[in-house]
Order: sequence, then structure tokens, then C-alpha cells
Amino acid sequence: MSDSAHPAVHPAPTTFIRKWVFSTDHKIIGIQYYFLALIAVFTGLALSVLMRLRLAWPAESWPWLETIFPVGFEGGVMSPEFYLAMLTMHGTIMVFFVLTTAPQGGFGNYFLPIQIGAHDMAFPVLNMLSFWVTFLSMGVMFAAFFVAGGAPISGWTAYAPLSALGEVAGPGLGSGQDLWIISIALFCIASLLGALNFITTVLNMRTKGMSLMKMPLTVWTWFTTAILALLSFPVLLAAGILLLLDRLGGTSFFIPAGLVVSDTVIENSGGSPILWQHLFWFFGHPEVYIAILPGMGVASQLLSTFARKPIFGYHAMVIAVFAIGMLGFFVWGHHMFVSGLSPFSALVFSILTLAIGVPSAIKTFNWLGTLWGGKIRFTTAMLFAIGFVSLFVSGGITGLFLGQTSVDVQLHDTYFPVAHFHMIMGVAAIFGIFGATYYWFPKMFGRMLHEGLGKLHFWLTFAGVNAIFIPMHLMGIMGQLRRYAESTEFKFMEPLQPYQEFVTIAAFVTAAAQLLFLVNFCWGMFKGRKAGENPWEATTLEWITASPPPHDNFGGRELVVNHGAYEYGVPGAPRDYVMQTDPPLETTK
Amino acid sequence: MALALAVLIWAIVLASVVLFTGEFGWFPPQISEHGDAMDAQFNLTLIVVAIGFILAQVALGYYVWRYRDRSGARAVYTHGNAKVEVATVLITAVTFVTLAIIGQRVWIDLHLEELPEDAVQVEVTAQQFAWNFRYPGPDGKFGKTVTRLINDQLNPVGLDSRDPASNDDVVTLNRMAVPVNRDIRLTLRSKDVTHSFFVPALRFKQDTTPGLAVPGHFKALKTGEYEIACAELCGLQHYKMKGFLMVMSDQEFEAWLKERAEF
Repeated sequence: MSDSAHPAVHPAPTTFIRKWVFSTDHKIIGIQYYFLALIAVFTGLALSVLMRLRLAWPAESWPWLETIFPVGFEGGVMSPEFYLAMLTMHGTIMVFFVLTTAPQGGFGNYFLPIQIGAHDMAFPVLNMLSFWVTFLSMGVMFAAFFVAGGAPISGWTAYAPLSALGEVAGPGLGSGQDLWIISIALFCIASLLGALNFITTVLNMRTKGMSLMKMPLTVWTWFTTAILALLSFPVLLAAGILLLLDRLGGTSFFIPAGLVVSDTVIENSGGSPILWQHLFWFFGHPEVYIAILPGMGVASQLLSTFARKPIFGYHAMVIAVFAIGMLGFFVWGHHMFVSGLSPFSALVFSILTLAIGVPSAIKTFNWLGTLWGGKIRFTTAMLFAIGFVSLFVSGGITGLFLGQTSVDVQLHDTYFPVAHFHMIMGVAAIFGIFGATYYWFPKMFGRMLHEGLGKLHFWLTFAGVNAIFIPMHLMGIMGQLRRYAESTEFKFMEPLQPYQEFVTIAAFVTAAAQLLFLVNFCWGMFKGRKAGENPWEATTLEWITASPPPHDNFGGRELVVNHGAYEYGVPGAPRDYVMQTDPPLETTK
Repeated sequence: MALALAVLIWAIVLASVVLFTGEFGWFPPQISEHGDAMDAQFNLTLIVVAIGFILAQVALGYYVWRYRDRSGARAVYTHGNAKVEVATVLITAVTFVTLAIIGQRVWIDLHLEELPEDAVQVEVTAQQFAWNFRYPGPDGKFGKTVTRLINDQLNPVGLDSRDPASNDDVVTLNRMAVPVNRDIRLTLRSKDVTHSFFVPALRFKQDTTPGLAVPGHFKALKTGEYEIACAELCGLQHYKMKGFLMVMSDQEFEAWLKERAEF
């Protein structure tokens, strides 16, 4: 470690291209990832608004939409294939290019090296490659909108054989599906490179005194997330390649014998659709934690900072993060209770799934413990962190229903799981991203965001997401099936139409509130009040350097860490907080 | 600010509790033998979830308000308490695992129970975007089927007429009749992509996975007509893939079957 604490810092770039485009500086790469996620999130949001429009008023005609989307809105009504394409792309864009990209690629890249006192990532060029492969991947994904047949209609889970058979099974399953698979494969490679970099950096690049147990919890969650990514993305990559081979190479990994699609006999034989589900969910379940773990780290960091208290149960938090991460690899079967999986396997998956509630309860308990006895400062960042805890509880606890074999039977593929996963890996994770943005924006751009506007954004978003997703649980109980372009065909779904309308209106208000964020963000970049080094009076290493930090992060200083990450309100200390690099305190024992 | 946030969190809790009292909609009425046990397990889980949800959210709102930055206050300096961490682990672990184990009883009934010999056999074959149902006929045996013979109009499941057991098989489209109070043994198949056979009133859902013949069973306790929906995304008209389950008396069922056999 002593050697790598004094690495040969790569020189500051001088040309525009090397500084802003093909940069090897982790801070610039972090910002690039963040902007990529920002484009993705507003695209994904727009798709969901279109879907909500159709669900609430399926028969209504919107002629002005036909002028924007001549293909999807013939006669002003969204076609079912367009709905399914929107659904597939919304899920894919949000899961991969927002929830995986912003918390880890964005904030992780920017702040992980700084928070451990490193000058950059362990492999700066690899880091640049990760971003540009992600960028290429998103380009390929967006291209799927524009090919003949449009974007795929097989959902973000791309269940085989629907995704394997080609256009005979439905529109968008030709070139659109091919591009989807290629994009995901590229994304897997990028994430793999990123994960290697994160793990190496944490293990090798910590500055003097930064022992593992002095690391901020954000670093712990990025580290754990990187391990999950390292172990799960290769499986999805392999699955994607096999699926592409089934489609283009005439193999039969996922296509069984004896299929007849629209009176066309399919000549493949020997494959298994269940195999796709195993491979996909072996990745897909850890992916949930890839999305949410960094948010947990951010919530811990923010709650401690703004409650002016050490995090409650630091060691327990570290253990819980690791326990969630590792248990996350043994529960994928709970997505497959009704798939034809052996009922005996289901028993085991069910018990392991409920066991994951234990470390989750520990996290919640410790967040409450951190607030207890605190002196809470209600910054916008803090509001989002508190919102995160509330959403984590609401979204996490319904897993107790879905993790049980017998309860899942009725709820599977209804709006209940849709509400559950949107609440937890969707909006809770997004609240982590928002909290992180309001907290770290001053460090990244040297200016403050507008607090008043930020708070308005919080109130509307927090009330809005609850108004969208809590009723959606009830819709699932009443039997509303997911991935239905409309629910007018079935009697048992008839009473649900007023709920569809309510949720759509709530979604529109919440989506509109996100424009406040966009305005605040643009305004803050250029007009925001100048930020000092440490506007929040926080303790971790990013707050001892300039805002934004110089190219080598600390201006040539070699840091020595003397304190834990969250030393607030220490009795006998000269001020309310002790920064990690402050000299050791006189012992008062 | 602190009070506003606390009130909003509590209001969300209150609204959720009111919403889940059942006054604003609930499961469709259930008609199957195993349905009550399933609903009971849901209700038991609902109680556990409600306790956890209310405790955590009310505490969150209270702490936010109680520990706001007040003049003269000092934050408590503590790094936690190992005893309460261990207690939290134990309480949640025991509660959650117990819940999971109790829930398995219904699952075991649903999947691992032996059916009596005289159970009525029905084969479900899903396709884009319709349900085919096959009854074995008087011989009680499903005849041979051949993929090449499948024709959506004339021979939807590909019955092989050279097999004598095939000749009395009855195949129906989108309408499935079963006798009331009798065990029904299902074999679930798919011709093309993955579908899912879902009868909300039966509390029954099972994917029909291509290449597999998935077994399933139920017993309907109430006559009437109930909707069958596809629960797994299967393509363009997924939302229109509808069938009907008709639960009737033994005599009506025999007559219904006979009428269809004469085609």
C-alpha cells in the first residue's frame, strides 16, 4: 500500500479532447457517466408518461401524438406493439443506463478515489474505456427504436423463446431484438471493466491511515456493488451471447423441440426456456442490489452528516451490506416460483429470500438509530435521504409477500411486484441519486444548487411517488396484470380503471416536478452561489480539497487519516465535527 | 420543515392503512379448495408487514420532528449498541423465517399432494393468443400428438389419428369446463412461447413453458363462469388472451363433454 499511495500521477491533460472527451480523469469520467444517466432517465421517464397515458385512457385519440410518432400512434391511439416497445425500452434504459450507471459509474467514479485519498482510479485508461463502451452500448440501444419493426416487445427480461424466435413471434423481435442483445452485451463488458477498477482501487489505493474500517459507508457500498457486478455481469454476457447465437447462428440453447409459431414449425430442438430464466435472474437479482446498495451508502453518509451524529452501528452496517450482497446471489429463484421450477427448489429459495430481510431490517434500524438523539439539519440532500429511508421501508417490506411461494402465486406478474420493485430499486434508488446530487453538486461543479427549488422538488416527488406506487399495490391485489396494453378485455379488471387514471395523473405531476430539478441543475452549474471547500461541515476526504478538486484531487498533498468517517459531535473536540485528516484528539479518558 | 415532513410521512402511513382495509377493492372472490389457505397466509403476512411498516414509518416521522436542529441541543455521541443490533437480528430472523416456513404448507398442498385416481384430466396448451384444452375422452388416455400435424384451424394440438387413443380426445378452444367439487389434474404446455395460465378466482397461476409438461391441480368449489388470463408477456395480443373456466355439476359436465365429442 505504501507504494501505491504515491503513484505516478498522470499529468494534467492540455487539449480539449483529452480533458473533456477521452479523459482518463476519474472526475471527468464520473461527470460523463452522470450526464449519460441524465439523458437516459429523462428518456425513460418520457416513455413511462406515454405508457401511463394509454393505460388511463385506452380508447382516447391524441392526434398531436400521431404527428410526433407516426408509426406508434396511427389514428392518435398508441398501438399495442408500440406500448410493449415502450415498456421494454423503459425498463431496459432505467435499469441499465440509469440505476446501474448513475450511482456507481457516476458518483462512484467521482468520489470513490477522493474518499479514500487516492489520486485517481487504479486503471485510468480502463476507466475511460468503460465509459466509452457504455456510451456505445446506449447508442446501440437507442438505435433499436429506429430499425424496421421498431424496438423489441419482449420486456427488459427478454424471456426466451419469445426473444429467441425472431420476427415470427411478433414485431420488434427482428433487428430490434438483435440490437438490444448487442447493447446489453456491450454494457456487461463495460460494467465488468468498471468493477475490476473499483475493486482494485479500494484494495490498493487507500491513503495512509485509511484502514478498511475507516472507509465511508459509500465506499463500502461501491466496493460491494463492484463485487456483485464482477460476479453477475459475466453471466448475463454469456446468456446474451447464447441468445444471439440462437437467433443468428442456428443454435438451440433456449429453444426446445416441437414449437409451432403461427403455424410455422420451428426446426430447433434441445433448448430450455427455463435456462434463460436461470441465467437472466442469476444476474437480475444481484442487479437489484447493484442499483440500491450505493443508495444505501449515500443515505448513511447523508443521515450521519446532517443529523450531526456518527452513523449508528458502523460495523453492523458494513456486515449488513456484505450480507445483502452475498445473500443476493442465492435468491434468484424467487422470480421463478410459477415458471415450472421444481417445487422443492422453490422452498429453499423462499426461505433464503426472507432471510435477506434480516440485514435490510438492520440497515433500517441503524438509520433510525442515527437520527435518534441527533440535531437534524434539513437540507434538500437530507430530505432526500430521509425519503430514501421511508421508501426503502415501504418498498422493501412488501418483499415479504413476494418471497413466499404460496403468496407469490396470486401476485406474480400483477401490479403488486411492479409497485414493489419500482418503490425499492426504482424510486428509492433514484432518491439516493437525488440525495447524492444535492450533496455533491457543490464539490463537482463548485457551485451550490438552489435549496428552495430543491425542497419544492423533494415535496412534490416524495408525495408523488407514494401516490403512484402505493395504490399500485392494491391494483395488483385486485388482479391487474402487468405488461397489459389495456385492461378492458377482462371483467375482473374493470373496477381498476379509476385507479389507472389516478396513478396516471399522479405520474404526470411527478414527472413534471422533475423539470424543477433540471432547471435547478442548469441554473446551479452557471449561476449557483459559489461553494466553499466544505459547505456541509462534513468529515470525509472530499471536503478537505477545493470545489471542484484539482486534477490530482488534493493538490500534491499526501493525506494521513486519523479518524473514522463519521465523527460528529465528539465531546471535547474543538468543533461539531472531526474531519478524517484532523490530528488525533487529546484522549480525555 | 421538520413537522411538515413528519406529518407527510404519517399521512402516507394513514392513507396506506385505509387503502388496505379492503374497502377500496381486494382479491376477486375465491372458489378453490386451496384458496382460503392462500388468502389466510396473505392476511397473516399483511399483519406482520403492517406492524413493521407502521413502526418504522411512525418512528421515522417522530425522530425527524423530535430531533430537528433546536437551539442549545447537543447531538448524542454514540457509535451504536451491539446488544440492540443482535436483538434486531434475532427478532427479524425468527419472524421472517417462521413466516416463510408457515407459507410453505399451502405450497406443498398445491404441488406435492397425491391426487385420487378418478381426478379429471385436462391438458392446457397455450399458444399466441389462445387457450386449447384437451380431455382424454372415455378411454381416460391422452392420444399421441405430432408437431407436424399441428394446424391452428383443423388440428390445434396435432392429434395423430393413427393412435386409437387420440380418436376420442376432445379439444376445445378458450373454454374449459370442469365438474364442481372434483380434483382436476392439469398438464400445462405451450406451443410457441411462454404463457401463464392464471385464474384469479381459483388462486391458480402456472407458466406454460415450451418444452415442458408442467403438472398442476385444483378443485373448484363453486359453479359459475370465471375468466382465464395470460399472466406472462407472450407478444402483441397478450392483453387479449382470454379464456373461460366453466365450473358445472357432474351431469352438466358429462353432457358438455359428450356434445363436444360428437363433432
